Amino acid sequence: MMEAKSSEAAPLPAFPGEVVCTLDDLVPGGGVCARVAGQQVAIFYLPGEAPPLYALGNFDPIGRANVLSRGILCKIGDELAVASPLYKQHFSLRTGRCLEDPQVAVPVWRVSLVGECVVVAP
Amino acid sequence: MAKCKVVVVGNGMVGHHFVERLLATGAEAAVVVIGAEPRPAYDRVHLSDYFAGKRPEELALTTREHYAACGVEAHFGDPVVAIDRAAKRVVTAAGRVFAYDKLVLATGSYPFVPPIPGADGDACLTYRTIDDLGRIRAEADRSRVGVVVGGGLLGLECANALRNLGLETHVVEFAPGLMGVQLDPPGSRMLRRKVEALGVVVHTEKATTRIGDGRKRRLVMEFADETSLETDLIVFSAGIRPQDQLARACGLEIGPRGGAVIDHRCLTSDPDIFAIGECASFGGTVFGLVGPGYRMAEVAASQFTADKQHFTGADLSTKLKLLGVEVGSIGDSHGKTPGAICLSYTDERREVYKRINLSPDGKKLLGAVLVGDTSDYSALHQYYLNGLELPAEPESLIFPAASPAPALGPAALPEGATICSCHNVTKGAILAAIDGGALSLADVKGATRASTGCGGCAPLLKSLVDHELAARGVAVARGLCEHFPFTRQELFHIVQVEEIRTFDELLARHGRGRVGCDLCKPAVASILASLWNEHPLAKSHAPLQDTNDAFLANLQKDGTYSVVPRIPGGEITPDKLIAIGRVAKKYNLYTKITGGQRIDLFGATLAQLPHIWRELIDAGFETGHAYGKALRTVKSCVGSTWCRYGVQDSVGMAIRLENRYKGLRAPHKIKAAVSGCTRECAEVQSKDFGVIATDKGWNLYVCGNGGMKPRHADLLATDLDDETLIRTIDRFLMFYVRTADRLQRTSVWLDNLEGGIDYLREVVVEDKLGIGAELEAQMARVIDSYRCEWKATLEDPEKLKRFRQFVNDPDGRDERVVFVTERGQIRPAREEERTALESA
Ligand code: SRM
Ligand SMILES: Cc1cc2nc3c(=O)[nH]c(=O)nc-3n(C[C@H](O)[C@H](O)[C@H](O)COP(=O)(O)OP(=O)(O)OC[C@H]3O[C@@H](n4cnc5c(N)ncnc54)[C@H](O)[C@@H]3O)c2cc1C
Ligand code: SF4
Ligand code: FES
Repeated sequence: MMEAKSSEAAPLPAFPGEVVCTLDDLVPGGGVCARVAGQQVAIFYLPGEAPPLYALGNFDPIGRANVLSRGILCKIGDELAVASPLYKQHFSLRTGRCLEDPQVAVPVWRVSLVGECVVVAP
Repeated sequence: MAKCKVVVVGNGMVGHHFVERLLATGAEAAVVVIGAEPRPAYDRVHLSDYFAGKRPEELALTTREHYAACGVEAHFGDPVVAIDRAAKRVVTAAGRVFAYDKLVLATGSYPFVPPIPGADGDACLTYRTIDDLGRIRAEADRSRVGVVVGGGLLGLECANALRNLGLETHVVEFAPGLMGVQLDPPGSRMLRRKVEALGVVVHTEKATTRIGDGRKRRLVMEFADETSLETDLIVFSAGIRPQDQLARACGLEIGPRGGAVIDHRCLTSDPDIFAIGECASFGGTVFGLVGPGYRMAEVAASQFTADKQHFTGADLSTKLKLLGVEVGSIGDSHGKTPGAICLSYTDERREVYKRINLSPDGKKLLGAVLVGDTSDYSALHQYYLNGLELPAEPESLIFPAASPAPALGPAALPEGATICSCHNVTKGAILAAIDGGALSLADVKGATRASTGCGGCAPLLKSLVDHELAARGVAVARGLCEHFPFTRQELFHIVQVEEIRTFDELLARHGRGRVGCDLCKPAVASILASLWNEHPLAKSHAPLQDTNDAFLANLQKDGTYSVVPRIPGGEITPDKLIAIGRVAKKYNLYTKITGGQRIDLFGATLAQLPHIWRELIDAGFETGHAYGKALRTVKSCVGSTWCRYGVQDSVGMAIRLENRYKGLRAPHKIKAAVSGCTRECAEVQSKDFGVIATDKGWNLYVCGNGGMKPRHADLLATDLDDETLIRTIDRFLMFYVRTADRLQRTSVWLDNLEGGIDYLREVVVEDKLGIGAELEAQMARVIDSYRCEWKATLEDPEKLKRFRQFVNDPDGRDERVVFVTERGQIRPAREEERTALESA
């Protein structure tokens, strides 16, 4: 069983959450959007990285639209990040912080893989 | 101690440079600037850019505010009319009086108008100031024919301006040839040939005796040989004369050709009065170039400090482009030095003339003339300036077929070598700047001012800086990003030679890490697409795509998309128009005619995109690649089919070209157009490639740009038949795709291409590199593998999965997408409207 908690590097035990889709629905190297507890969550899948799954709020606070799941995944120095498709600011996949403007951050969600199922929780 | 009162008369290029240099020394001085022109100093060297659309503010070298901020008192539009040397003060036309401790004359020169009866009418003009150019433009508006009197450097520049203003242009020269000062007779003849080929009529050995009222045109010029010429306006460019009236009137010593005589400190015969620039005479010479003037300004400013410099004369070599003809003249171009040996090369087919003059022992370069091809100028100029010993076979420096010229790299130059003659910057000064921490080309320019004048030294400066940075182990960041230490061109080559098909493979073999970033991913995706043309949403490519390519649509500010079907050449049937209208109505999309002759439908959600495209494709449309760094549109004018002026079927050609290149992915987007005649209704000269019909075929223009930094396209080839036109465009586009940087439009690419348009022509038209067939074959592969990306997407359930709004609710709605109605159509709600709607 693979697990992940997106706010820390070390894997943690599974947590109770919502099953949003299966592994097969994810885009390797990219993102998809899911609705969890009424919120939009961007789920990113980087096979080969540890952990391989990350989840952030889908709302880009700078571009002010729900688009982060459609950004390009990057490694900037040591930081994994998503580049917003609107104005290209980078948001850390681990902390949600904007690399260009540390005042700005997006919420980080917990995500893990249980079997083939992708589980997300606040 | 009271500050030294320094009054500067004249605020031209040199006067302004003096003020800047003086301020930079930190000397205790109270500076007063008095200029006759109504505006502060501007770049006279690039004056002709005014006709190319530059506004006066863009030519400005300084502003009133800047002077004020530096504590400089400045008065404009009020010339000094007298100098009272005894009382040490100057008086202006408006009656203002300024006392000085030191006076600097920088009054420049004025155009010489020969004393011909009738040469003083409204339509008789000169070419020196911005106001002059304003007058020329106003007169040109009501003229059809224009004459330039004087076939020197400025006269030809002026002729070019008249020609660009659409006038039938004549040059009338008293001497037997053009540019007699800089060129020898054969060089001058070659220049004439080229100038005449551009449609400018050249009349030599003509002495104008009278100007009167014309019969068909406004004026008639009568010549000593009893011929005459009718014209609407005349611009005098028959040489310049030092503006030395003030100096004469107050009794300063005047040189043999005019100008206040100065010594090596730039002091006149009065030790409290300096003269600099074109109003000064040094060693009997008046220097009509800005470089020597700047040097004088520096020397004069240094007299206010402990570090006093000397003026020792200056190099009058020049390299320029007149009417698109490259001309260069170095040192003793006429070979007048006793015993000089002349080697020359004439090619009447390519219209190139080159000549070098050697010292009697054949070891040193005394001077050179280059017409039609100045690619050897930099190297020759360095040999000349630095007295470098010539190679054993000096002809290799100019003869194209001989063994290649020994490369004169920046490393070979001595430290004293002048790199930038405008600002007198030596190689040593550049090394010092680099050692002082200037670690990029921009920093070096800032620190030394090299290459900020005429720009002629830019290629040499760049190669020197690159070389020196490399030698110091400074990584010249030429890689794409932290993951690839290669330029786009190098990566393109690697991908092609190793036949790499995916980003991951390339990253594993030649990159760093496992992820990449938003710089390298789209760039590599584009290279892969240019070479192998696989679907952008194929599993391994989809996550690489930039914003718009990632969903084959253009992302809007609210997260919705716009849809642009292809409408080749802008031609569309009523049925297809109705089909677009029907789809737009059904999905409630905002519709707009674009600047690219097609129709954009805005406000589609991610989940709606496949449904919309299904209907468009059923109605016969294809994707328009509005989202891709790819061919966008080929605009057309209506052409010979309907238009009474058209000489070819421009619509037919535009459609053919658009269908040929649609789907071609490139470093940046590509736009094109075809006009049916020279009236140019399709604006092709602002496109990456543009075609204008002629009665013999097509003229091909390349590397134009609208957008942020407009650039007029360059003429690449003329009177091509259909097949040659297409072959040439194939090669041009593929060469661009192969060699440009990421996100570099063709305009910037050409401006950075060493050798410029001439080199491009050699590669694309003359096939000098022998890669023509390869480029064509590569293009053929792209064309053969074209498929409408949206059609392919609709056929593939895997790809369609990307268009789910939410993985767990595919057709769910994004609650932030809220529209309001304006002028009968939807638009995204503004923040305050959204809040109002939510609370309601
Ligand atoms: C829709 C349109 C404006 C319109 O309503 O008319 C448009 C809209 C956009 N333009 Fe444009 N441009 C449009 C014609 C032009 C033109 C005129 C033309 O093509 O004749 C120009 C100047 C010509 C040129 O490119 O040389 C133009 C110069 C630009 C530039 C500046 C390019 C440059 O090199 O300076 C950008 C920015 C860029 O590409 O980096 C840009 C970028 C954009 C983008 C893609 C910005 C973005 O990333 O969202 C806009 C998105 C369009 C969309 O959502 O569909 N657009 N844009 C026009 C679409 C034409 C079409 O049918 O495809
Ligand atoms: C179209 C054109 C193209 C050129 N191209 C090149 C080129 O490619 N390379 C190159 O090296 N050089 C070129 N030159 C020459 C270059 O512009 C001059 O060498 C340079 O401008 C000389 O500077 P200056 O300050 O001595 O004179 P100017 O720039 O002429 O400035 C003199 C100023 O003094 C003012 N003035 C005159 N009398 C008075 C007075 N009594 N009181 C107050 N103010 C007064 C004038 O109005 C003027 O503004 C070109 C010139 C022109 C016109
Ligand atoms: S460019 Fe020529 S053919 Fe085309 S519409 Fe204009 S005038 Fe007519
Ligand atoms: S030589 Fe003119 S800018 Fe350097």
